[in-house]
Amino acid sequence: MNAVQALIEALESLSANKLRSGLTILGIVIGVAAVIAMLSIGQGAQNSVTGSIEGIGTNLLFVMQTRSEDVRNPKPLTMADADALSDSLNAPSLAAVAPILQGNVDAAVGSEKSSVTVSGVTPVYAGVMNETLTEGEFINQDHMLGRASVAVIGPDTATNLFGSEFGVVGETLRVNGQPFRVIGVLKSKGGSGFGNQDDRILVPITTAQTRLIHRETRNQVDMIYTQSVSAEATAQAQEEIATILRSRHNTGLNADDFSIYSQQDFLATAQTITGVFTIFLGGIAAISLLVGGIGIMNIMLVSVTERTREIGLRKALGARKEDILVQFLSESAVLSLLGGVVGIGLGWLISFVVGQVASASGTPINPAVGLDTILLATAFSTAIGLFFGLYPANRAASLQPVEALRYE
Amino acid sequence: MSDWVIETQDLTKVYKMGEVEVHALQGVSIKIARGEVVAIMGPSGSGKSTLMNMIGCLDQPSSGEYFLDGERVSALKENQLATVRNHKIGFVFQSFHLLSRHTAQANVELPMRYAGLMRGRAEKARQALEVVGLGDRIHHRPQELSGGQQQRVAIARALVNDPAILMADEPTGNLDSKSGKEIMALLLKINRERGMTLILVTHDPLIAAQAQRTIRLQDGKVEEA
Repeated sequence: MNAVQALIEALESLSANKLRSGLTILGIVIGVAAVIAMLSIGQGAQNSVTGSIEGIGTNLLFVMQTRSEDVRNPKPLTMADADALSDSLNAPSLAAVAPILQGNVDAAVGSEKSSVTVSGVTPVYAGVMNETLTEGEFINQDHMLGRASVAVIGPDTATNLFGSEFGVVGETLRVNGQPFRVIGVLKSKGGSGFGNQDDRILVPITTAQTRLIHRETRNQVDMIYTQSVSAEATAQAQEEIATILRSRHNTGLNADDFSIYSQQDFLATAQTITGVFTIFLGGIAAISLLVGGIGIMNIMLVSVTERTREIGLRKALGARKEDILVQFLSESAVLSLLGGVVGIGLGWLISFVVGQVASASGTPINPAVGLDTILLATAFSTAIGLFFGLYPANRAASLQPVEALRYE
Repeated sequence: MSDWVIETQDLTKVYKMGEVEVHALQGVSIKIARGEVVAIMGPSGSGKSTLMNMIGCLDQPSSGEYFLDGERVSALKENQLATVRNHKIGFVFQSFHLLSRHTAQANVELPMRYAGLMRGRAEKARQALEVVGLGDRIHHRPQELSGGQQQRVAIARALVNDPAILMADEPTGNLDSKSGKEIMALLLKINRERGMTLILVTHDPLIAAQAQRTIRLQDGKVEEA
């Protein structure tokens, strides 16, 4: 008996009991669809989070002050630190250095008020953070030197305060009561990732230091974002930053008063979280696949009992143990394979619908149904069919022909 | 190869039914010649069915020797027995035992499939069905055929691998007397024309009367006539 024949025969005998076979297949369909949908939605969420982290910029390193009990007399980061990092002789791996001062302020236009994050930035910030403008211009060196009262605002901020994100350049808004002229509007970055990137105000860091955000020392900055010249140079850049800051801050051994995080660190963390989330969802879905497998086993056991006389006859006509085993295994494999194929389609549909719903509600998740997911689901469902079919098939194959023929 | 197609020596069979041991066969030694028509008779409980199962290689004896067509069957394993059944024995059952999902032709093809025959099965199945007079019914399913016709399909199935023995267990038991006579005539005709040994297991004296010889069983032993 060759494989094609076994499959044809399995299909014939399954189609003799269409409702029963259909319901058994349905169990597998639901299981496979759940696995496919969950894995692809998880993958989509991961891509979305990863994409938004990558959207921040490329090859970034974030330097922050460490506030730890272990470090005695920690020194804050300053503009002078940022200038030292900008020295291409000491830090050849760094392409750009953007010091940032950040705080929360009240922004108001007429009677419209909102609490917004304000960041004091330098002109290089736009390049480092991949910021583009829908209108107007970014903060330039003249604004820096003149400590100009100018602001670049996010699209949501513009909408909140002015009612529109267009045609607001030249308008004036009050930040903590002081008038600032809007010189540009940022392009939307989407709401996922680190808080809302679209509701914020950027001002020259010099202006922020003198007029908006007051720290212990005047030159203090909260963070320094740096961009390395290439992805390969990131590790080297991290070394250079650490060396320069250690000597400037006179830190003891293993007592850095600053921390350096790379974009890769954030990516890795986000991927771990979404990965766990995906495995969790997939695991729950796999349970339903298992239940489907038990359904196959159940129905195959019923089938073996019903067809005891048929098995006896086949044995009398010369069927060997393996022939009967193959016959019943092909039936359960066909059940699960059909369920798997339909389940892949259904899972694809579910993840597509979820993707549509998610993007309609403003959280873009593009569920990714990968070839690996499909192969995994097919292999897994067929394996389930074979595994759960093995016991009934073996029971059929071990029947004694005499007793099987006599069975009523 | 001896002239005896079937030769048993002191066959015994003991079943365990819970605590009780049932001695279904108690030393049966028979010989059946090639081409012979033999009836095996006996009341129920005489060991008639057990002997049929032994001769048909459906079951193994507890002790004793059995040679089928020169081969020592009593030493074979399960799968080897299956091959022997496939090649050497054609079964005709009282209740036909056809697969209801399959057409007459597919039913007749079944033994060839287990013989590993890949090509020409359909053609051989058609020929066998013509031999039993059902050349025009090859695509009918069992439920579309009368009892007599179903038994003819079963006979075609038994013939198709060209076995040494036709083993008929109450072949007319489920048929009316007219179809029964036709089936008997067909079996005897096959025996005459092909020289196939025909073994009839029956309790009907009219059937047994058509055999050349009758083996009577009583309490698991052969009653010499």
